[in-house]
Amino acid sequence: MNKLTFRTDNCKGCGLCVDVCPKKVLALAEDVINKKGHHPVTAVNPEACIACAFCATMCPDCIIEVEKGV
Amino acid sequence: MVVFKKPHALSDVPLHYCPGCTHGIVHRLVAEVIDELGIEGKTIGIAPVGCSVMAYNYFECDMIEAAHGRAPAVATGVKRANPDNIVFTYQGDGDLASIGTAETVHSAARNENITVIFINNAIYGMTGGQMAPTSLPGQVTQTSPYGRDVNLCGYPVKICEMLAQLDGPEYLERVTVNNVKQIKNAKRAIKKAFQNQIDGKGFSLIEVISSCPTNWGMTPQAALKWIDEKMIPYYPLGVYKDRSAEKKGDEQ
Repeated sequence: MNKLTFRTDNCKGCGLCVDVCPKKVLALAEDVINKKGHHPVTAVNPEACIACAFCATMCPDCIIEVEKGV
Repeated sequence: MVVFKKPHALSDVPLHYCPGCTHGIVHRLVAEVIDELGIEGKTIGIAPVGCSVMAYNYFECDMIEAAHGRAPAVATGVKRANPDNIVFTYQGDGDLASIGTAETVHSAARNENITVIFINNAIYGMTGGQMAPTSLPGQVTQTSPYGRDVNLCGYPVKICEMLAQLDGPEYLERVTVNNVKQIKNAKRAIKKAFQNQIDGKGFSLIEVISSCPTNWGMTPQAALKWIDEKMIPYYPLGVYKDRSAEKKGDEQ
């Protein structure tokens, strides 16, 4: 199982990670508003994650940590 | 196994940049390179004026805030006084290609042993989206609402091509960060620029074609596409000067 950790309060909801994910793991949480007033990213399909770290590479705010085989 | 985590040289301070601004990506790449080369303790960064004016909050190394455009001049002084330290500047196009052109050209001509990270997003971001020297012909900005008229405002400044005419600089490369492949390539270029300085080779400048979703009036996704469609045809990516490669070629 691969694990994604988000520093949700720093997320600005730009959605670049959502678009770059090859397995459609991520989505913006439309029903949540974080400290900054954005809809933060969340893992809607975490078991599909292949730990390619494309999301973390693309994230301008460096809020994603990726762990493989936890 | 941790595949990806925030580099140590990048501080925990939340970045003030707009959602989807690629400044954050370049900050992280610089921090990753500082981590990988193990130079955090002896690196001194020079912050510019512009969107990245508060870069001094985001790196864990020592930082100096330079007057507008004067980062290469400050870096020259710091490097000459402390030749064992690693000195880099982080500048936008309004800072490096506009008010700071003289400092940029002359530090390149003198082949100062510094690393310059140049963010080119073809607009003045911090002041609200006015036309910059790097704005594309026909580009709509706050001060060119009908598109940049080259008969009135002249043509954009291509920094890498311009500096490549000089004998001085060691390494000039233009990269972008609009997809994962390009981000990896940008990191390689930034690492080479820092390695050149460690090896005492001289002036390295990496121009990063960057996006400004807010002032271009686009979504972050559309802005990344616009880089591919409009920016890269005008500002072709690639290595513009690599003196050590040229020297190797001469020997063979």
